[in-house]
Amino acid sequence: MIKVKINGQEKSWDGDPDLPLLWFLRDEAGLTGTKFGCGQALCGACTVIVDKEAVRSCITSINDVAGREVTTIEGLHPDGDHPVQKAWRQVNVPQCGFCQAGQIMQAAALLMDNPKPSHDQIREAMSGNICRCGCYQRIENAVHLASTGV
Amino acid sequence: MNFIDNPRKLRGFEKNLKVEKVSRRSILKGLGVTSGFVLAAPVMTRQAFAYETGAGKMPHGVVVDPRVFVAVAPDGTVTILAHRAEMGTGVRTSLPLIVAEEMEADWSRVKVQQAHGDEVKFGNQDTDGSRSTRHYLIPMRQIGASARTMLEQAAAKRWGVPATEVKAVNHEVVHSASGRKLGFGEVAADAAKESVPSIEGLKLKDPKDFRYLGKGQVGIVDLHDITTGKARYGADVRLPGMKYAVIARPPVTGGKLTSFDPDAALKVPGVEKVMQVRGWPWPSKFQPLGGVAVIARNTGAAIKGRDALKLVWDDGANGKYDSVAYRKELEEASRKPGLVVRQEGDADAALKAAAKVVIGEYYLPHLAHVCMEPPVAVADVKGDKAEIWAPVQSPGGTREDVAKTLGIPEGNVTVNVTLLGGGFGRKSKCDFALEAALLSKELGAPVKVQWTREDDLHHDFLHTVSVERIEAGLDKDGKVVAWRHRSVAPTIASTFAAGAKHAAAFELGMGLVDMPFEIANISCENPEAAAFTRIGWFRSVSNIPRAFAVQSMVGEIANATGRDQKETLLALIGTPRIVKPAVKDLWNYGEPYDSYPIDTARLRKVVELVAEKGEWGRQVPKGHGLGIAVHRSFVSYIATIVEVAVDDKGKLTVPRVDTAIDCGTYVNPERIASQIEGAAIMGLSLAKYGEVSFKDGKVEQKNFDDFQVVRIDEAPLVTNVYIVPPGPDTPPSGVGEPGVPPFAPALMNAIFAATGKRIRALPIGKQLEA
Repeated sequence: MIKVKINGQEKSWDGDPDLPLLWFLRDEAGLTGTKFGCGQALCGACTVIVDKEAVRSCITSINDVAGREVTTIEGLHPDGDHPVQKAWRQVNVPQCGFCQAGQIMQAAALLMDNPKPSHDQIREAMSGNICRCGCYQRIENAVHLASTGV
Repeated sequence: MNFIDNPRKLRGFEKNLKVEKVSRRSILKGLGVTSGFVLAAPVMTRQAFAYETGAGKMPHGVVVDPRVFVAVAPDGTVTILAHRAEMGTGVRTSLPLIVAEEMEADWSRVKVQQAHGDEVKFGNQDTDGSRSTRHYLIPMRQIGASARTMLEQAAAKRWGVPATEVKAVNHEVVHSASGRKLGFGEVAADAAKESVPSIEGLKLKDPKDFRYLGKGQVGIVDLHDITTGKARYGADVRLPGMKYAVIARPPVTGGKLTSFDPDAALKVPGVEKVMQVRGWPWPSKFQPLGGVAVIARNTGAAIKGRDALKLVWDDGANGKYDSVAYRKELEEASRKPGLVVRQEGDADAALKAAAKVVIGEYYLPHLAHVCMEPPVAVADVKGDKAEIWAPVQSPGGTREDVAKTLGIPEGNVTVNVTLLGGGFGRKSKCDFALEAALLSKELGAPVKVQWTREDDLHHDFLHTVSVERIEAGLDKDGKVVAWRHRSVAPTIASTFAAGAKHAAAFELGMGLVDMPFEIANISCENPEAAAFTRIGWFRSVSNIPRAFAVQSMVGEIANATGRDQKETLLALIGTPRIVKPAVKDLWNYGEPYDSYPIDTARLRKVVELVAEKGEWGRQVPKGHGLGIAVHRSFVSYIATIVEVAVDDKGKLTVPRVDTAIDCGTYVNPERIASQIEGAAIMGLSLAKYGEVSFKDGKVEQKNFDDFQVVRIDEAPLVTNVYIVPPGPDTPPSGVGEPGVPPFAPALMNAIFAATGKRIRALPIGKQLEA
């Protein structure tokens, strides 16, 4: 039996320990805010925060996070008012929106690690997250805004 | 290819155009509210507007009826239906906003509800071709104005005053002479009993009184849900008892399963079943390819199970498709005469007599859509009834195709439209929903079919592969006197009819026969090209290769004559005029030419505007270059300037992009900017990396590591967007697609300015290295 804390709640799993965390979250725990985009850690759509680090849940097994704390987009802030989320809305970042949960989680992890990133540091940290609609200019501006106070 | 000239005919083998009576109950159910404008039969109508559009010619035309689109609850909440699909353009906000504007609703008290697929009830729902605003600006205004009029009439009756004395103002109806007021909710039940006013007699708001339209102050309705993970895409639908499926499909288009061994797959924990899926021969429009499905308790188990399958395929006739060899075939075809599709003057003679001939042969490979959300659908089929939840651009077409595939009446199929995690034309094809329907029927349970990224790349309806060859004849003064453009590419028609080898009218009309330059001798030709895989629409379609070729050629002519790119471009566009190409069927994006002519004054205007705002001719650092391109597509005019920097190792960056767009009358300038910013990224992606190649009939790319797209660290540092203010009666035109075509040629012209290297084959790849 694998136990893991997700958004503050204890969850357990006694199935395949190799099951990617992504599919545990989406299909078994019903937390569909975390998205599937590539399955190979190439696009970042599935990004969640494990303890304080951004990870790609599509290549992280449920066993890898046993006993650890996972935060998904649903658990980032009780009212959805994390500075990154507020900045995202202020800048009107999304187009289709599908990649945005992953982008927001990546940005939130960046700001935990580096509260005042430079533009180059933002671009570097966010470069693992693809947005096919091409919202990059706004993503960069929103991360900058979140880091300077929304 | 007459059958394909009208996109409606691409939809189905049989059509039901009968207008049904829609019961009060069904509308109530549809809107999910208990009171308000919910009455009987919808009015199907097409009205005389200030301008005509092609909306009425789309399948099922336009429905203008407030009772179908608007409901007002007793508490005043106004519910407005969005009947087009949201894939990131903002249409789910823009169209309801138009209704709210005209009915004087307070946007903060408006709820937007997504319509299911039912074109008899809602009118055409094909969310493609950059058509939503251009076809629905006026109908949505009429719907809002009708609703407003009904509210005003109901209040007037209650107060016993003439209706002309009652005005709706910000969610209230007001009788100013007596100072009486009623909230929309208080008068809604009475308003529902009013007859729907005739469209001819409607008084539309004066645009100077607009609170929302054209202002760009309203965020998209899904913004909060998107940023909190609550927004529901196709993949996010969960039903009780739902199974999860992935499918192994034939690796070559038209291939078949020979045999399979499910044993190892069935041993994977969580896998419940392995079953064959029916496939259709190629081509058969959007019908599934067939294969073997693995059914599991979650998607991860299904994928692991599929990896363990042992499969033997018969690749069939397309097993020899090879992109290297095929490129040579296209190039050879482009060097010989082909079907003449536009002829003015005598291009052959003029080219022979020219003082100089500039030749460019431009190659663009297949492109994949790679929406961030791979294809996915949920189906629940019970007996002769089917319910689908899917991210589809064409819910009406999906409904027809599900009914046909399952052999049940269309009325027994419900298609619920989720948000689309990207569309770009991929989700105009509902094959993934058909797969889910077939599997659910077999299983007797609800099922979700999830495509992996590898599935998406291997079984896309790809953007075509093309060679565009242009020969421009110059006289002794450097004036272009002859133009021959041969366009060779497998046609989208080949996905609908075996053996189609010539472009359909709608493909010819995207930048080939509608070429706007003022040249005395023009020949446009379309040599044959056979298809060996599924070809489909990709955002802006044939405009990508055509604009790439035509606008690169402008740069080449500028270089050959030693003149400025922008001046060369304006000289080629010529005098301000309405272009009348000598073409049997210009297509013109399905729009009447009177409303939407090729107007070179507007084309010149966007070039001049972008040159002014984008500081054309400015000094740039060493290794940098500026390039410009303009293109009319989806009846909009767009010009782009790209500044590129190429370092001594050939590494390319884009410091700045400037784009001017004339899309006529517009609704939401903030979303126009986001579409154009995104188009620059998509344009840069296809220019730098875009290539799907085939070997032995199979796609060689698998995922985002070998089919790359631009990431944030290589995105333009800034994209500036300038919108041409519309005239009072300028019809609205497309926004979603037109931003893409001019980007790549502007970039190529910039690269030439920076390095002296002319790139004629995309992607750029390593061509700038060494």
